[in-house]
Amino acid sequence: MKNQKKDGTDAPKQGTQKRASAAQLRITKDINELTLPKTCDTEFPDPDDLLTFKLIICPDEGFYRGGRFVFSFKVGPNYPHEPPKVKCETMVYHPNIDLEGNVCLNILREDWKPVLTINSIVYGLQYLFLEPNPEDPLNKEAAEVLQNNRRLFEQNVVKTMKGGYIGNVYFDRCLK
Amino acid sequence: MLPWGERWGEVRKLLERPGPFTHPDFEPSPDTLKMLQENMKVLVIGAGGLGCELLKDLALMGFTKLHVIDMDTIDLSNLNRQFLFRKKDIGESKAKVAAEFVNHRVKGCHVTYYYNKIQDFGEDFYRSFHLVVCGLDSIVARRWINGMLLSLLCYEDGMLEQNSVIPLVDGGTEGFKGNARVVLPGLTACIECTLDLFPPQVNFPLCTIAHTPRLPEHCIEYVRILLWPKENPFSSETAIDGDDPQHINWIFEKAQKRAAEYGISGVTYRLTQGVVKRIIPAVASTNAVIAAACATEAFKLATSACTPMNNYFVFNDTDGIYTYTYEQEKKEDCVACSQVPQELEMKLSDKLQDVITTLAESLQYQMKKPGLTAMIAGKTKSLYLHSPASIEEKLRPNLKKTIEELGLQDGMELAVADVTSPNTVLFRIKIKT
Repeated sequence: MKNQKKDGTDAPKQGTQKRASAAQLRITKDINELTLPKTCDTEFPDPDDLLTFKLIICPDEGFYRGGRFVFSFKVGPNYPHEPPKVKCETMVYHPNIDLEGNVCLNILREDWKPVLTINSIVYGLQYLFLEPNPEDPLNKEAAEVLQNNRRLFEQNVVKTMKGGYIGNVYFDRCLK
Repeated sequence: MLPWGERWGEVRKLLERPGPFTHPDFEPSPDTLKMLQENMKVLVIGAGGLGCELLKDLALMGFTKLHVIDMDTIDLSNLNRQFLFRKKDIGESKAKVAAEFVNHRVKGCHVTYYYNKIQDFGEDFYRSFHLVVCGLDSIVARRWINGMLLSLLCYEDGMLEQNSVIPLVDGGTEGFKGNARVVLPGLTACIECTLDLFPPQVNFPLCTIAHTPRLPEHCIEYVRILLWPKENPFSSETAIDGDDPQHINWIFEKAQKRAAEYGISGVTYRLTQGVVKRIIPAVASTNAVIAAACATEAFKLATSACTPMNNYFVFNDTDGIYTYTYEQEKKEDCVACSQVPQELEMKLSDKLQDVITTLAESLQYQMKKPGLTAMIAGKTKSLYLHSPASIEEKLRPNLKKTIEELGLQDGMELAVADVTSPNTVLFRIKIKT
């Protein structure tokens, strides 16, 4: 400790770090090892920015077969201590996604663990389309229909994906 | 009051006499105090609850070249414990007021202040300190300074150069609980090694917030997460400012209404602000204890008058007093500190594909699908990633570019992710001529 260090200047210099942050190193690994199911695709507006991207899910079975749903991902500087922020950009008639695009998926909030990866979230979201869960509703009306009348729910989903009204809410067409 | 000449009498007793707990390298001498006062350059990060205590403690111990960074301004609610601030200082920079107070009060001490974020400064700035002491309330900031100090380490033939190690003393408090620790970057457990020790952020299930609230907090979170972006009460794109009474009031009133609908009691203005700002209650005495422990460690590290704490101290005085000190172990596969950047030789005329082939084919690495990014002028640049398809396509042209064309230079770091390693691995580029 006693060996003298060269005196630093007191004037602040704009910081340039030569090393990527721990969050950055971790997301690089997550992305490089992303194995997307054939129903999913990603879009990176800026390939140098791995923290901001979109996930596109086109389910090939279930209620939402034939639809195309876009999710935005924002990975923060505290990743993986905190989960990424995920929003659904496509308006969808779904028990676990509200009309503002909020998604009720346990691993995105209360059950997030740092060992989980972007891949875990991709599979979680894909699963939401295969098995919508009326027990944890975010769109309560859709959840009630699913619980009481599966046929009607199915019809409503098809109707909204083609572009149409449920009640007085209009859903944009989102077929592939 | 001691006469001026006797001012450092107590510190001298520690520095000019041998003792059973001194570091093996310690030689009692009057020079040590001189060195402490004239040479030691210490950075204090944070001028809040812990920071005020730290600056006072360090200044009174004899450190004179103190530097303090804080990006925050003084708020009325700080004044009960952040004793370097007065009512007239509200709205001023914490770092500035704290520095001026100490400079005025402790003769001979010179505190330099920076009303900045830690991220505003680079390697040259941080390299100029002998010691960094943190009194922070943010995990992101801790991780950042940890990463910065690790990136300053120099290795000679894979051996760490001791004089590139800048010790980090970190304190943290939460109500009646606190901890203090000593991190010797590259040598002992770092912040990232023990990231799991930080309490996870409380997040309620979204569906509970939306449809089955049971707690006053659920009602506040409902307004914060779901209503605010929908109703945009203060023009669209206005983010919630936890210090703006208008914002808090709006949230408070809406939350109260929702609580009434569900027969929930307990939504108050204070609770609303607490939930929105994620306020953790601060207790002045805990800050004093933790800061004292940190300042003592700083003194030990600077003078060798005692072996430093090894390396993690927990404190809890919720019920009686409990303390425990133990050695937090270095995580073998820590993403931040386990890696000694290996040198990777290449020529400026090599293509990126050649580098990837080397990583895949050399017996030393045998990687499967390495993905590479680099830091160029402080910005990350993706060089090549194997997946997903959309990004691979965009980056594929880079494979045919040369190292020079990609802007890579000698000494830069490459981050390489591959399935053969649990973490992204760092390489330091060595340009062969």
